[in-house]
Amino acid sequence: MLKFLSQRAIFTILTILIVSAVVFGIFSILPFDPAALTCGQRCTDQIISANRIRLGFDKPIYEQYWLFLSGIFLGRTYGSGSAAFTCPAPSFGYSFNENACVTDMIRESLPITISLAIGALIMWLLVGIGLGIIAAKFKNRWPDTSSSVFVLLATSLPTFVTGLALLIWVTIKWKWVPLSLSGYTSLFENPFKFFQYFILPWITLAIAYAAIYTRFTRAALLETLGEDYIRTARAKGVGERVVFFKHTLRAVLAPIITLAGLDFAGLIGGAIITETIFNLPGLGRLTLRSVYEFDLSVVLATTILAATVVIVMNLIVDLFYAVLDPRVRIT
Amino acid sequence: MTELLRINDLKVSFKTDDGLVHAVDGVSLTVNAGETVAVVGESGSGKTVTSLSVMGLHKKGQAQLSGSISVNDHGTFKDVISLNDEEIRDIRGRAVAMIFQDPMSSLHPFYKIGNQLAEAYLVHNRGKKKEAMVRALEMLELVGIPEPKKRAEEFPHQFSGGMRQRVMIAMALMNSPQMLIADEPTTALDVTVQAQILTLLEKLKKEFNMGILLITHDLGVVAQVADRVNVMYAGRIIEEAPVDDIFYAPLAPYTLGLLKSVPRVTANNDRLKAIPGQPPSLINLPVGCPFAPRCEYKEHSAESGCNTTRPELLGTSATHRARCHIPESLRQELFAKEVKELLA
Repeated sequence: MLKFLSQRAIFTILTILIVSAVVFGIFSILPFDPAALTCGQRCTDQIISANRIRLGFDKPIYEQYWLFLSGIFLGRTYGSGSAAFTCPAPSFGYSFNENACVTDMIRESLPITISLAIGALIMWLLVGIGLGIIAAKFKNRWPDTSSSVFVLLATSLPTFVTGLALLIWVTIKWKWVPLSLSGYTSLFENPFKFFQYFILPWITLAIAYAAIYTRFTRAALLETLGEDYIRTARAKGVGERVVFFKHTLRAVLAPIITLAGLDFAGLIGGAIITETIFNLPGLGRLTLRSVYEFDLSVVLATTILAATVVIVMNLIVDLFYAVLDPRVRIT
Repeated sequence: MTELLRINDLKVSFKTDDGLVHAVDGVSLTVNAGETVAVVGESGSGKTVTSLSVMGLHKKGQAQLSGSISVNDHGTFKDVISLNDEEIRDIRGRAVAMIFQDPMSSLHPFYKIGNQLAEAYLVHNRGKKKEAMVRALEMLELVGIPEPKKRAEEFPHQFSGGMRQRVMIAMALMNSPQMLIADEPTTALDVTVQAQILTLLEKLKKEFNMGILLITHDLGVVAQVADRVNVMYAGRIIEEAPVDDIFYAPLAPYTLGLLKSVPRVTANNDRLKAIPGQPPSLINLPVGCPFAPRCEYKEHSAESGCNTTRPELLGTSATHRARCHIPESLRQELFAKEVKELLA
């Protein structure tokens, strides 16, 4: 177990190093001057070259990369003398476009994306697994048929259509959920406002995923119901309900949880469309804006963050799978 | 002799897109306490369908059953076909238990062996958890699993194939059923393990005076453990006889064909004597004898009824009957020669 964890930790660090090096390398060969992007149109050559030195763009690429890496652990000070400013560790760089340390920007947007992802995850697991169970239990009868209509609709509607439709009808026409102008409120500050803020984005994201999970759960349940060990349970005299909810569902849970972990990790990187439609200042929006504005230090940071989350979630899923499925041994 | 199972004129058919499949077509057989009754046949002959019918294990709404299946539930006979779901459930595992062909996939991969065994007891004895665990360990011991206490805490994947089949047998014994159905219990096991499992079944049969309905396609297994044999072909019993008669004096051409197709170490010809042709489709059975298209003895039939009428299960002896239009005396004479050759 310890060996497994340390191996995976080394693997994780290596992957993050490679990802960051690749992103760093891509930006270094792009045909524009990062220093020139630090100020607007009224830039003079003097300011640009001053900024170049301040941000370390004058140094060779490997040294820049080293400064970036060491900044994560030691923090970074840009410039010198009275014009110097510091981004404390963990520092992922400084955004001139926003005049802020990247770490602070992420710190602000991450809770929003996490709230969005967790809420949506809970919602789509409940709806997806629930509908999947109903569809499997009433195979080829009307509950099954109607659930496949839902699956078909939800998978074929793009997020921006469902999101905009919800926004137009639920918020603007019917005024069920007020348009949130006050911005993000944390769950612990005001749970009601928190739910009001997130409910439509959650539904938007959850619909698409719920459809996939409905289909997956249904198929997995029906397949498992045909397994020999389910017949054994029946032959023992176990009742149909226990056969379904204990023997069958138990076997299906492990792959569903694996899938959920990976989908969740993908969302932490940012649900760009949903965040944009509902004007949520989350990671997805942050990434999108920084890509548009060539805000390289932000793009670098969000990319590394997304990669790290995916790798760590993979690890968690693997550990969890070993708990759920006794055949999987971690060595 | 206590009768444990009496199947009378059982017919099972399945609706498919191609038509109605008559998987079992008028099967009658009995199993008494302390005897092993074998049902032998090729794949698709209806032997497994018959055994699943006894447990009421067909998928809901898919199988149409008629006839009767009387199960002796500790003194009272219950007809499985007319019971409702809850009543069948109550019989399963308690009056009749079943073990299956593939022990590798017949145990739930996520539950500990001990708990799976205990569950079999708990469904019929609610709330008696401690008793169930004690019984589980006893049964594991009985079927020859070393260190039952330790093994009960393990999962199926930590057991070998033979050990898993022992576990399945232990599970079947949890409620001391009088009747055990073994559906190809040794097919998925290698030969040495096969012998061990068969010996175990024999031992249990003697010890508990159980009746065993053994479904198999392996004549070697039949020879080893069966007391009486039913040979099935195209959903019907084509010959029934005590085990010695099946091997030494078969009366159905199909049975003889099966015997001849068993590979022999001493045989000096290197080709297997397979029965020519294929079993008929169970959707449109031939009008006459279902075996007629493959039968090499057809010409011996006096009235040549083979292609026009289905033969009845008849015999001069009360215990040995077969379906064939050829006169019994002629068959005895014809087949005796062949059997002699086989035994030589």
